Amino acid sequence: MPDALLRVDHLTKRFGGLTATNDLSLEVRTGELHAVIGPNGAGKTTLISQLFGELAPNAGTIHFAGEDITALSTAARVRRGLARSFQITQLLFDYSALDNVALAVQAHLGHSYHFWADARSDRALTEPALLGLARVGLEGRAHVAVKEMSHGEQKQLELAIALATRPRLLLLDEPMAGLGTTECAATIDLLRKLKQETTILLVEHDMDAVFALADRISVLVDGQCITTGTGEEVRNNETVRIAYLGEGNV
Amino acid sequence: MARTEAAAGVNPGARRILLLRGAGLVVLAVVLLLLPMTANAIGDPALITLATRMIIYAIAAASLNLILGYGGLVSFGHAAYFGVGGYVVGILYFHFAADDLFLGFIPGSNQFLITLFAAMVVSGLAALVLGALSLRTTGLQFIMITLAFAQMVFFLFVSLKVYGGDDGLIVRRRNLLFGLNMANDTTFYFVCVTIAALYFAVFWRLVGSRFGLVLGGIRQNERRLAAIGISTYRYKLVAFVIAGIGAGIAGALMANFSKFVSPDMLHWSRSGELMIMVILGGGATLFGPAIGAVILVGLETVLTGWTEHWQFILGPILILIALFTRGGVLTLLENRRAPDA
Repeated sequence: MPDALLRVDHLTKRFGGLTATNDLSLEVRTGELHAVIGPNGAGKTTLISQLFGELAPNAGTIHFAGEDITALSTAARVRRGLARSFQITQLLFDYSALDNVALAVQAHLGHSYHFWADARSDRALTEPALLGLARVGLEGRAHVAVKEMSHGEQKQLELAIALATRPRLLLLDEPMAGLGTTECAATIDLLRKLKQETTILLVEHDMDAVFALADRISVLVDGQCITTGTGEEVRNNETVRIAYLGEGNV
Repeated sequence: MARTEAAAGVNPGARRILLLRGAGLVVLAVVLLLLPMTANAIGDPALITLATRMIIYAIAAASLNLILGYGGLVSFGHAAYFGVGGYVVGILYFHFAADDLFLGFIPGSNQFLITLFAAMVVSGLAALVLGALSLRTTGLQFIMITLAFAQMVFFLFVSLKVYGGDDGLIVRRRNLLFGLNMANDTTFYFVCVTIAALYFAVFWRLVGSRFGLVLGGIRQNERRLAAIGISTYRYKLVAFVIAGIGAGIAGALMANFSKFVSPDMLHWSRSGELMIMVILGGGATLFGPAIGAVILVGLETVLTGWTEHWQFILGPILILIALFTRGGVLTLLENRRAPDA
């Protein structure tokens, strides 16, 4: 039995009459790339937001590396090794790309109660940040203000920021959404390298990407995890075919 | 290439702006230095006291800018810390003159360094307490609660009959500093210039530091900061305290300058004026609020000389400036929108 880095037990989240997450349980094993797929409204982003502490579940528990993190704040979860990228980018738009990543490096290094030394010329921040930008192919755009970057570049920057906190578990919310074909291919390449280094939970609509990258796939329908298995198992699962993939669609 | 430049902290293409700013600073220093001489030469010594008021408000507005402009925290009660700073000077002088003890154990003082330090401490503590409570809220609630707390402080001083209540408190003589003749307006002007120079130097380091980057990030997207592991509450509180200390410095200077403190210093309209200065000059810029202070104090002085209905003229002027500059007057000078942090 491989050890679970993340264990979700009976998670439930209700918004009024709508049950977005319904008694959901799943496990993400150390080292795997675990994809979560499901039709629109299946509760994928709601799940990620609960894992990341941005939404409080109504019931259920979340364990990370053996510790119950259900009640922890987002910042506390990040300090324990969680990171997330956002489907709708959450960036510091007045800052440069470099500032955005450097701030994540800074946060990872410890507290920010340094009131005097110039942060933008601090090599302890800028050097790792530039390496991080280079990793996602943005090294030439380091000094560009984020609000002047393209959507694709902003998505790449999301990844660079998440990686700068050196996560043990990376939660990726549709990193490919809205990307062009070339950008998509580059992101798939990058994720293939990343999965050698860290555990990843990937929510993605691009099925080619999911089946190319995922070690295991969980299928969410109406807030419930209806099955978890390898790409092959999921593809051949009768319930999945009916509930989600549709005959002959994959 | 790009790498080494970035590592050195120099943004390619920003050199011209850096040079312009350097030149601007030199010009500013020369103007400030020559102002008293010029004012006396052209037979208008009132310019010196006008400039002193502008400088004091520049410090107060800059202190608000730290939270309002950089941190995006719309505090509508900043005059409270300005007034508290002033009252510390007034009350310490009161007990010095009466030769008794404040609260039965704190002796009064007329030593500038002591009263200034005390004003910073007390304003900072007031900001710590009120900030700790107000920062639990956000948005409109935050605006209203900072206003409400400031009004509470206002009414506290109104009801303190010992210290003059409504009528305020007279400081018969300005505090003493190194045997300088503080009663002389030119001397006091240079004291204010020196303190302002120190204040803005510290402020400049602060907003470029790691703390300053976090603060600017709070303005732009708090969710992002949480997502990289930063709990924003404490950073906001520290910024609130630093801003309160700055207002306390300005308040202490104002009490010495006008030799008088009254609840008027803490009135909510004073908070509004400080906000106007920040927005007018340009939030999240080092000197924007100072420019706003110069414009507002200047307009007030000129317009009150013309008519007692001066606010009737001031309003439209402010609206026009706001409409045509958008990011503040400073953006016109440098032709840019992006804030410093």
